[in-house]
Amino acid sequence: MSLITTANFYQTGKRYFRDFSPNDDFYEMLIETHRDLTDEQSALVNAKLILLLANHIGDMDVLAEAMKAAREDV
Amino acid sequence: MLKTYAYPKYQFRLPTGAGGDTVPRYPVVVVGAGPVGMAAAIDLAQQGVPVVILDDDDTVSVGSRGVCYAKRALEVLDRLGVGDPVVDKGVSWNVGRTFFREEEVYNFNLKPNADQKRPGMINLQQYYLEEYEINRLAQFDSVELCWKNKVVGVEPQDDKVTVKVQTPDGFYTLETDWLIVADGARSPIRSMLNLDIDGKIFMDRFLIADVVMEAEFPPERWFWFDPPFHPGQSVLLHRQSDNCWRIDFQLGWQADPEEEKKPEKVIPRIKAMLGDDRPFELEWVSVYTFQCRRMTDFRHGRVFFAGDCAHQVSPFGARGANSGIQDTDNLVWKLKLVMDGKAPPSLLDTYSRERTWGADENLMNSTRSTDFITPKSKTSLTFRNATLGLARKHPFARALVNSGRLSVPCFYTDSRLNTADTDAFGGDMVPGAAMDDASIRVNGEDGWLLDHVGNQFIALVYAPQAALAGADALLSDPIGVTTIAVVPAGGKALPGMMAFEDVNGTFAKAYDATPGSVHLLRPDQHVTARWRTFDAAAIRAAVARATCNS
Ligand SMILES: Cc1cc2nc3c(=O)[nH]c(=O)nc-3n(C[C@H](O)[C@H](O)[C@H](O)COP(=O)(O)OP(=O)(O)OC[C@H]3O[C@@H](n4cnc5c(N)ncnc54)[C@H](O)[C@@H]3O)c2cc1C
Repeated sequence: MSLITTANFYQTGKRYFRDFSPNDDFYEMLIETHRDLTDEQSALVNAKLILLLANHIGDMDVLAEAMKAAREDV
Repeated sequence: MLKTYAYPKYQFRLPTGAGGDTVPRYPVVVVGAGPVGMAAAIDLAQQGVPVVILDDDDTVSVGSRGVCYAKRALEVLDRLGVGDPVVDKGVSWNVGRTFFREEEVYNFNLKPNADQKRPGMINLQQYYLEEYEINRLAQFDSVELCWKNKVVGVEPQDDKVTVKVQTPDGFYTLETDWLIVADGARSPIRSMLNLDIDGKIFMDRFLIADVVMEAEFPPERWFWFDPPFHPGQSVLLHRQSDNCWRIDFQLGWQADPEEEKKPEKVIPRIKAMLGDDRPFELEWVSVYTFQCRRMTDFRHGRVFFAGDCAHQVSPFGARGANSGIQDTDNLVWKLKLVMDGKAPPSLLDTYSRERTWGADENLMNSTRSTDFITPKSKTSLTFRNATLGLARKHPFARALVNSGRLSVPCFYTDSRLNTADTDAFGGDMVPGAAMDDASIRVNGEDGWLLDHVGNQFIALVYAPQAALAGADALLSDPIGVTTIAVVPAGGKALPGMMAFEDVNGTFAKAYDATPGSVHLLRPDQHVTARWRTFDAAAIRAAVARATCNS
């Protein structure tokens, strides 16, 4: 398996009539997660989020690819 | 300023019977001759209902205001007989490009491989739209468009609404069976009736400028995040008709609106953006803030609210006038049935139910766009810029870039007027969907599906194989249903039955039609029920349901 970089958000059982909807649903959820947090708190939440998701993915090759893509141009 | 457009001045007049000793009584009065009030009036006039429109002003929208009119609104305007002048004068476009700093990161096409009459969007200054609506209204003797008639009092009663009006000649009072309020965002009538509108103000200011110039930019929507010529903020460019270009600059909440409107402030911004010495003239400049909010209920007894007075959205997505026109599309056929005694007043509650549902979707989408465009915290900004950075290379991030999700109709999927599917269907033409268009041939002439449906209930039967039992009786019901066949290219209709030839197979595909399948359409071109086989009793029951008669 290699890193998925095409649009991949969905919610089981939810019918989407517009292509942009699942993406926007995700983005809103992400921003909401940080609502009312200080910058330090947000940084901590982001770090925890990465750890949780990384463990969920598990596949070290995929993670390495993602880490590389994230560092690019920074 | 204002070089390309001369504002018409309309004469003051009183509605017939007003201003004398007796209080006149009308079936329907519309308050507000904006794009929404006039759409309601045209629709009523087309149904044979006499209408009085009252407007406190004597001309069209000052400044371009609403610019982008979306496919669904254009289809409604087609039904109202205004689509052609609007589209002919407007600039049609489908492609939007988004830039981050100097690079293009994302583009979209609103109309991928579509076989539809109307483009995804047109750009047209709002005053033209209003002028064309006024011209259309002038074709009806039954319409009285009364300028300089300002509503100053509204008293709803059980059996009528009493309205007090101020004119240059003094005050008068009228009574009406029904009142359609389309008096705009500030809605004096909403305040007179002490009705709330809830939502939030966005803490940002935008400068909009209409600029007249010769330019070779293509007719596309261009949106910049953090461009070198306006660092840290966003900029939006649209081409309108008459070589008039609309530019929106995000300014931030701290900006002083009066200061920013001065030509000596505006002109350097535009020069920096154009990056050359091309000559241009400023036509109109305004600074605006916006709100996202809606009324709880769009119906209050005999009073209906439509358009900006009922709901306001941020302009990113062009959902203002577009959704207001969809409001009246939803309201007028229902009101007509109730006026004729063919449906109970509870049908009118579904106007509010369906259109608040639509307003909520519009509010959600425009709020999301606004949150992306103007991030509220450092973390939001970081995510926004990370998304834009990844978008250069990674498709998933492109799909997250939200520079405005442009107006599309909602699906009334939870409406009580729908008949739930009992047969399996694929595709998006579910009960509650606004119809997809398709090219068709009718009596040997090429045309479009949406030009041939609407204003009545219609059952479209795909490739009927045998005579349809009970179709004639449906036509003579109190709420008649016309049955029309849709046949594949080269196919033949049954004798005596009107047929649409599905020349490109677009209908069959979009509606997942199979021989004998039926789609029942509302007067506002929405699907309300569908079956795999024709059953007159089922159609009759679905019509009863769609009109609150069951
Ligand atoms: C900068 C900007 C950009 C926009 N861009 C878009 C866009 O691209 N696409 C889009 O769809 N929408 C856009 N909009 C929104 C669009 O302009 C509005 O949604 C639209 O004008 C609403 O129409 P309306 O008929 O409800 O109200 P209005 O156009 O506000 O009309 C209300 C009418 O009621 C009259 N009136 C008010 N009070 C009274 C009274 N007491 N008695 C009698 N008459 C009265 C007024 O004179 C006016 O003529 C934009 C708006 C702005 C400001």
